[in-house]
Amino acid sequence: MSATSVIELDGVLLVTIQGELTDHDAIALQQDLTTQVAERGARGVLINISALEIVDSFLARTLHEIAGVTSLLAAETVVVGMRPEVAITLVELGLTLNGLRTALSVSDGLSMFGGASIARRAEGA
Amino acid sequence: MTTVPTVREVPIRAEIGIVQVRQAVREVAVSVGFSLVDQTKLVTAASELARNTLKHGGGGVAEIELEQRVGSTALRLRFHDKGPGIGDVELALRDGYSSAGGLGLGLSGARRLADEFDLETARGEGTTVTVTFVAAGPAAR
Repeated sequence: MSATSVIELDGVLLVTIQGELTDHDAIALQQDLTTQVAERGARGVLINISALEIVDSFLARTLHEIAGVTSLLAAETVVVGMRPEVAITLVELGLTLNGLRTALSVSDGLSMFGGASIARRAEGA
Repeated sequence: MTTVPTVREVPIRAEIGIVQVRQAVREVAVSVGFSLVDQTKLVTAASELARNTLKHGGGGVAEIELEQRVGSTALRLRFHDKGPGIGDVELALRDGYSSAGGLGLGLSGARRLADEFDLETARGEGTTVTVTFVAAGPAAR
């Protein structure tokens, strides 16, 4: 799990995926986030995937499942920073990930969790 | 039409092999000038098929080949395993069909992403999936 970092900001877990994930890393991330959402009572999870050069069906499914699980724990997940070529490829692969909330940038994503102040603080973080 | 014999050969024996296949495919795709979108499709298809080789075929090998065509370069990926083979190919290629609890988009999705697709399989002998991606001519960019 060295390829991801998680920091908390006003009740939102800010997750940055920094490099290639194996399937095992992806499953570990899902378990770790689920635990952290419950323990910290987070109201949101923001997953920044801008470093990812590809998202295949396994990782896409994992992201979708993270969103589903956190939603049951009263935290909303937003996936931010998907590269355009990744979006094109996912759709061609047959994955439209219905119901998954997305935003183009971290600050756009944070503003979904309530206001500009948190977004400003994230940029300074 | 000249086929350069296998440029790279990557064993797939564990999950890390999937990552290594992705990296090798990206390097070769970049070296022959595929566009960013095409690189992404290539690497994504490679990831899906490498996972199939590992999970359904019990491991195997990925071969990356280049073929010089008139006005273009083709990159061919061949995934070979000596696993149980695919009983019903038509079913395996159907969107949403999965024998391993996945989304069932690996094989059908890789076929959609590729320009050419070929599947050979025999019960008890293994499976070979070949996908080919054609880059526009060298002067295209």
